[in-house]
Amino acid sequence: MLKWASLAAAAAMMAAGAASIGTASAQEQVKACWIYVGPIGDHGWSYQHDQGRLHVEEVLGDKVETVYIENVSEGPDAERTIERLARDGCNIIFTTSFGFMEPTLKVAAKYPDVKFEHATGFKRADNAATYNAKFHEGRYVIGQIAARVSETGTAGYVASFPIPEVVSGINAFMLGAQSIDPEFKVRIVWVNSWYDPGKEADAAKVLFGQGADIITQHTDSTAPLQIAEEEGKHGFGQASDMIRFSPNAQLTAIVDDWSGYYVDRIQAVLDSTWEPVDVWGGLDSGMVSMAPYTNMPDDVVEMATKTEEAISSGDLHPFTGPIHNQAGELVVPEGETLSDGDVLGMNWYVQGIDDQLPN
Amino acid sequence: MRLVLERRSEHSQAMAVLSPVIAIGLTLLAGAIIFAMLGLDPLYALYIYFIDPLTSLWSLEQLVVKATPLILIGVGLAICFTANVWNIGAEGQLTMGAIFASAIPILLPAWQSPLALGSMIALGCLGGMIWAFIPAILKTRFGASEILTSLMLVYVAQLFLDWLVRGPWRDPMGFNFPQSATFQGWHLMPTFGGTVHLGSILAVVIVLVLAVMVGRTLTGFEVKVLGNAPRAGRFAGFSRSRMVILCFLLSGALAGLAGMAEVASTVGQLQPTISPGYGFTAIIVAFLGRLNPVGVLLAGFLLAISYLGGEGAQVTLGISDKIARVFQGILLFFVLACDTLILYRVRFETARAPRLAPGE
Amino acid sequence: MSGLEAVILTIITAATPLLLAALGELVSERSGVLNLGVEGMMVMGAVCGFGAAFVTGSPLLGALAAIGAGMGLALLFAVLTLTLVANQVATGLALTLLGLGLSGLIGEAFVGQPGVKLGRVSIPGLTDIPFIGRILFGQDPLVYVSLALTGAVAYVLFRTRLGLTIRAVGDNHQSAHSLGYQVIATRYACVLFGGACAGLAGGYLSLAYTPQWIENMTAGRGWIAIALVVFATWLPLRVALGAYLFGAVTIFGFYVQAMGIGIPSQFLSSLPYLVTIAALVVISGSRMLTRVNTPACLGQSFVPER
Repeated sequence: MLKWASLAAAAAMMAAGAASIGTASAQEQVKACWIYVGPIGDHGWSYQHDQGRLHVEEVLGDKVETVYIENVSEGPDAERTIERLARDGCNIIFTTSFGFMEPTLKVAAKYPDVKFEHATGFKRADNAATYNAKFHEGRYVIGQIAARVSETGTAGYVASFPIPEVVSGINAFMLGAQSIDPEFKVRIVWVNSWYDPGKEADAAKVLFGQGADIITQHTDSTAPLQIAEEEGKHGFGQASDMIRFSPNAQLTAIVDDWSGYYVDRIQAVLDSTWEPVDVWGGLDSGMVSMAPYTNMPDDVVEMATKTEEAISSGDLHPFTGPIHNQAGELVVPEGETLSDGDVLGMNWYVQGIDDQLPN
Repeated sequence: MRLVLERRSEHSQAMAVLSPVIAIGLTLLAGAIIFAMLGLDPLYALYIYFIDPLTSLWSLEQLVVKATPLILIGVGLAICFTANVWNIGAEGQLTMGAIFASAIPILLPAWQSPLALGSMIALGCLGGMIWAFIPAILKTRFGASEILTSLMLVYVAQLFLDWLVRGPWRDPMGFNFPQSATFQGWHLMPTFGGTVHLGSILAVVIVLVLAVMVGRTLTGFEVKVLGNAPRAGRFAGFSRSRMVILCFLLSGALAGLAGMAEVASTVGQLQPTISPGYGFTAIIVAFLGRLNPVGVLLAGFLLAISYLGGEGAQVTLGISDKIARVFQGILLFFVLACDTLILYRVRFETARAPRLAPGE
Repeated sequence: MSGLEAVILTIITAATPLLLAALGELVSERSGVLNLGVEGMMVMGAVCGFGAAFVTGSPLLGALAAIGAGMGLALLFAVLTLTLVANQVATGLALTLLGLGLSGLIGEAFVGQPGVKLGRVSIPGLTDIPFIGRILFGQDPLVYVSLALTGAVAYVLFRTRLGLTIRAVGDNHQSAHSLGYQVIATRYACVLFGGACAGLAGGYLSLAYTPQWIENMTAGRGWIAIALVVFATWLPLRVALGAYLFGAVTIFGFYVQAMGIGIPSQFLSSLPYLVTIAALVVISGSRMLTRVNTPACLGQSFVPER
């Protein structure tokens, strides 16, 4: 009798021990999962996130198992896909597009033991954090470069959708350019897509025809730069270093680098120190970095590097007053800087931009 | 050696049931070959794709939710195609239905009552019907190809949705991001156990109603006659114009209902992407279901399984999501090829001159 | 380069894939076969053309591969609709779906790779003439191919026996059959020609227009091409007109934006589709325009009466 009881007790203890491995104070291994809104081969947004994932595998080795699903549309399928990952044993799930916000929160509510991280969103929960990168810091730098390199004093902007992230990018670009040349102009075309090389190419051609000789974009394909290369003009890469596609045209690129952040967060899960934070990193944290400066004179490289360092160290804030909006009103007084919240919700143009902001 | 087709005097009943089965079998075979070429164990891969989605309750619920819009739209399209009316714009009608229905939670958020939900359903159908009426009237009055006009209107509807969601109907609390405020309370489809929602029940009911209509009523007969033998239909006094408009209105209403069901349940708000191409996938569903309402119900399920299986395969096997779409294309091809067997007897002739059958 | 020159050049490049695909579909429809799979054939042409050029380094081989891919898919369509007498509309749709899915699968290896660009023609002396030099003498070779093809199709259809056969088969296949014309063989040839053109049009997109591969890069152009055939009342020269008009409307939207005029971009983006619908209504509504040229047996299956 005693023998059976002790066997049963041992079995029970083993079972309890096995069950508690998942919730032990320090984890042996973490299963980290990502969902991407586009293909990892887009050489843009999703590609950079996947590069971050690969870096995690390199750095954390055995301690992490990674899974990813690409091409998840932001509609009804998103919730099911996120939930599938949660059910599949993922400990931390990174959802890498704004449109995943509501589905992420819904699934987070159902699976309190799983950690969620939503990129570019603004809603959090006890087990859901948000993270984003201050791309506009990079925009300021390239704005300055554009003003120095352009001969016509006009840049072309291939923009995707008039959301705050894109608008603040345009504004930061202009402010950077205006700090060198107050008369600098920008022409903007909205292609209404994040990734449509055909349209982006057409937009670039039209912009060049309108007198722009520098192109920058907030869309994901390499098409605008390829057109710049063809026409002997210059441009800036987006999200990843696109020099391979335009060896003579690319001046630099704003590169998203999520690898450091991903390693930190997964390590936090391993150490059980994970908290639902709201991280908005920029040039200082390395989340935003500039591709090597090429195809420009040395003094421009020097200027750009200096600006980069100034923003990194906090000496320079892209949205420092005085800033006027298109109507001429003073939005940011001299000496002050725009708050993070105001940058996140930006829906107005700075003075000097002639186009009307849609809506 | 020549392939000769002999028209059967009447549709082969046996083949009518067998042909989709043969088509599915051939697709599975093709799939196994593709998997083997990719270096995977074919049987395991097929299991992940088609059996695994049926093995858990969560998965079954997701299947029902995913199949609902496919069945709703598919059954409407099945009736259209039977009548030789080609509504390719269901995706646009779905979008307009979603927009119309969303007017209530967005413009009258405080109106919370079952009546609000009922109105949303009605508006969803209305939106789809209006959008479907356009290609119908352009066809009957001007003879403009309904295939092309209904398709062009899909792009127009999607752009209109985009403008609404980024502009007038944007959530004022949403940091200027392109989405509407989330729907609350009676503006969401009631669910049974959290996932399966009212839309699914409606789908089944509608399938049964339409099955009766097509099989037993005069209108159903009209549909079939005008589709198969238009001249005979005209002699019988059936109006082709009326049929075109009726079919478009019906399928438009169902597509609009599907759109409403999507935004009022899984998504819970209006945003730029509300459908991963349901309006087009439903075309496959309609054909796979042999243009028969009950068949469409089964076909919708099968296709939902292939979607869920495809996602599972991405996670478990690491293969891309494109395979699911290739599957669907291959399946449709085989279905169409096997359909020939229903109408024609296939023979191979080796002699130069055709042999005369006794009595010919 | 002035603004007007840029706009004209952009219109030409935007119109060329439409023209190529539409000419192929025109020939197919003239023989009585409605092939709605143009989008699928185009995108397969794009991926195979890109892949072949990427692997071999030769854009010419890429163009040939694109043609081959389009023809391959067209062959599948032909077998189903001409030999197995399947419904043409449904089969065309199936072709589109299969083409889109298969191209995505094949293209996975090529996403994010820089492409091999089909170089532009450059005739010393002529190309450098300001303004018209680039426009007339400095285009991609496929632009010239598309214009030559327009002339060739017009000539063959209306001035040769082959053209007569094609039109006869499309207008009344039973009579044509009794007169001894090879209906099925003619249709096979026309469908394959349509596939070749659609494939080449897709190849143009991935080899010249934007030398890269992304999924669904045809973005609905195949459907526009089909609409253009109706818009042009099945006449090759009008197809060219329609293609350039459509290209112009598309570019017009970007032009308006770049000029800073505040019309909602979604409305501008929808203009090409609205214009197509309007054109279809006008053309189809005019009995005179359509009666004369519509192939009477369009879309009908042919089984020889015994």
